[in-house]
Amino acid sequence: MTELEYPFDTEYIMKKRKSIKKTLMADGTKRLKKRIAVLGGSTTNDIVVYLELFLLNHGIEAEFYQSEYARYWQDAMFPGEELLNFKPDIVFIHTTNRNITNFPVPSDSMEAVDGLLNEEYTKFEQMWQKITETHHCPIIQNNFEMPYYRIMGNRDCSDYRGRSNFVTRLNERFYEYARKTEGFYINDINFISASYGLKEWSNPSYWNMYKYAMCVEAIPEFSFNLANIIKSVFGRNKKALALDLDNTLWGGVVGDDGVDGIQIGQETGVSQSYYEFQTYIKSLKALGIILTVCSKNDHENAIAGLNHPEGALKPDDFIIIKANWENKDRNIAEIASELNIFTDAIVFVDDNPAERAIVQAQLPGVCAPVMDSVENYITTLDRSGYFEVTNFSEDDLKRNSMYKANAERRAQQASFADYTEYLLSLNMTAVIDDFIPIYLQRITQLTNKSNQFNVTTKRYTPTEMEEVFESGDYIRLYGKLIDKFGDNGVVSVVIGHKNGDALDIDLWIMSCRVLKRDMELAMLDRLVERCREQGITTIKGYYYPTAKNGMVRDLFERFGFAKLSEDADGNTVWTLDTASYEIQNHVIKVEDNSSIQQ
Amino acid sequence: MDMKEIFSRLNKVFRDVFDDDTITVNPKTTANDIEDWDSLEHITLISAVEREFKMKFRMGEIASMKNVGEMAQIIAKRAK
Repeated sequence: MTELEYPFDTEYIMKKRKSIKKTLMADGTKRLKKRIAVLGGSTTNDIVVYLELFLLNHGIEAEFYQSEYARYWQDAMFPGEELLNFKPDIVFIHTTNRNITNFPVPSDSMEAVDGLLNEEYTKFEQMWQKITETHHCPIIQNNFEMPYYRIMGNRDCSDYRGRSNFVTRLNERFYEYARKTEGFYINDINFISASYGLKEWSNPSYWNMYKYAMCVEAIPEFSFNLANIIKSVFGRNKKALALDLDNTLWGGVVGDDGVDGIQIGQETGVSQSYYEFQTYIKSLKALGIILTVCSKNDHENAIAGLNHPEGALKPDDFIIIKANWENKDRNIAEIASELNIFTDAIVFVDDNPAERAIVQAQLPGVCAPVMDSVENYITTLDRSGYFEVTNFSEDDLKRNSMYKANAERRAQQASFADYTEYLLSLNMTAVIDDFIPIYLQRITQLTNKSNQFNVTTKRYTPTEMEEVFESGDYIRLYGKLIDKFGDNGVVSVVIGHKNGDALDIDLWIMSCRVLKRDMELAMLDRLVERCREQGITTIKGYYYPTAKNGMVRDLFERFGFAKLSEDADGNTVWTLDTASYEIQNHVIKVEDNSSIQQ
Repeated sequence: MDMKEIFSRLNKVFRDVFDDDTITVNPKTTANDIEDWDSLEHITLISAVEREFKMKFRMGEIASMKNVGEMAQIIAKRAK
């Protein structure tokens, strides 16, 4: 719903929140169901109201638990029945500088202030550890916004007795914990309050009248920012940008104005703004966001524009360049299918409202932010949070080069008559073995991102994955695939839990960038081998249909499993006898963990 | 601005905030007359009224307003 996308109309959302919710609930979307515990140090009711709306818009239907007023610490340390039975999927701790118990005073010594700092910090760290032990789920914790008054004036920020300085140091301690703790995320209200305007944000009447730690008008913005973290944790980030060229990546129309006539570089304010935007896009690429072009242009003109010597982006930065006169929705649909992603993972960036409207009408789910003037482009894309980073792995760094290699593979495939011959020519080597710590983060990330090649669509939080990793009740496999064009990284994960002499498959996923490479057969070979070693005679497969996983409906059948049952919703159960199984992969050389340098 | 206009605009705000098109407010209306009007919705209501009339209530006023009529009196003095 565009009303809930950045930059949204706060006034409208506040007024229409009830009818917006009704509309969203009635739109027929199948949503993830999640339970969110909100432990507040101030009033949280409106925060939850807007959070619910933004999450619904991200495809997440949340149920909430809220602490009694300001009981966050008690609820974390001594959780009651209600919270325990609630079994949260995520805990959000809503504290602000109103919850700092002891600020320094001017007579304090440096040691005394260090002591205060430690005391404040320890209270929080104890709480986070207790929550992790009790609920085994991710935690989102606010940092602190700056105090709205400065007793020492400008000196308040640098003097150890200053409140601003105290808050800054406390925040740094929080960040230290975040850096070393998986599944712990900071909600950066220090940034959001500054961006909103600290003076308005901290208007004390909202605290004194309603015990809100921020002004009521700022709550939608607060909740929007928080919703971005939550949807990212639950795998709802976007993956690729489809960028228009004329008046989006540069000023002017390259086909009319010529390469020398477009505005990009350092010459004028306008050309600098486009240059800055190109630089921003280039940094997104470094985060693993896939860049593509979708422009109405002659191909040569598009390439010439991208080769402008003053530009920051070059043709090589894009995995796919669609510069033609086809309708843009068709080009975007093709981009999605070439990348093996869904169209709803694409953000379409175009200055032309008509193009945005057509694409959104034809391809529901594609986000097309309002790009009204170049000086706003960065803020609009950035604050939308499409690519909110909650986990950042090696794989993200390499993603663009992997997709590039895929494009080369496709080009080569055409030159082979026989598909097996082509597969053999790729010189594929896989490492397939039990999980090892260096890949746990990537494995978890993959379980939250894979929608298509995913038989059960079971998601794992980092904490849950840690438990699977440490338990003896599971057979776990990850698969990493390397070929002559490059390293694809970890691309497949299988988890099964032992049930007597049977193995129940909880999860079978594979990244779509290695489809049709027989990687799934190599995984199955190894799974059967591991089962035999542990005396398991039967493997049971489960397929639960979703809107997205149609491609694996008959996966177990192709594997040679026999169908045991099928219910009215299309859920199927399959079985395989390990004794009579024969090796099926003949094109990938398979190694184990000993080949990995740890 | 006359009272008639204030009440017609107030009515619109109330209907939006409580998502109920049957609401009609009069000077005597209080929180007891509108089902969803609790202390939490009150915050949303005050802020929606402030935006509608481009004015701010003072803290003391919010605490002492007894009905919609008193709210309208304050609006009449300060609204733009």
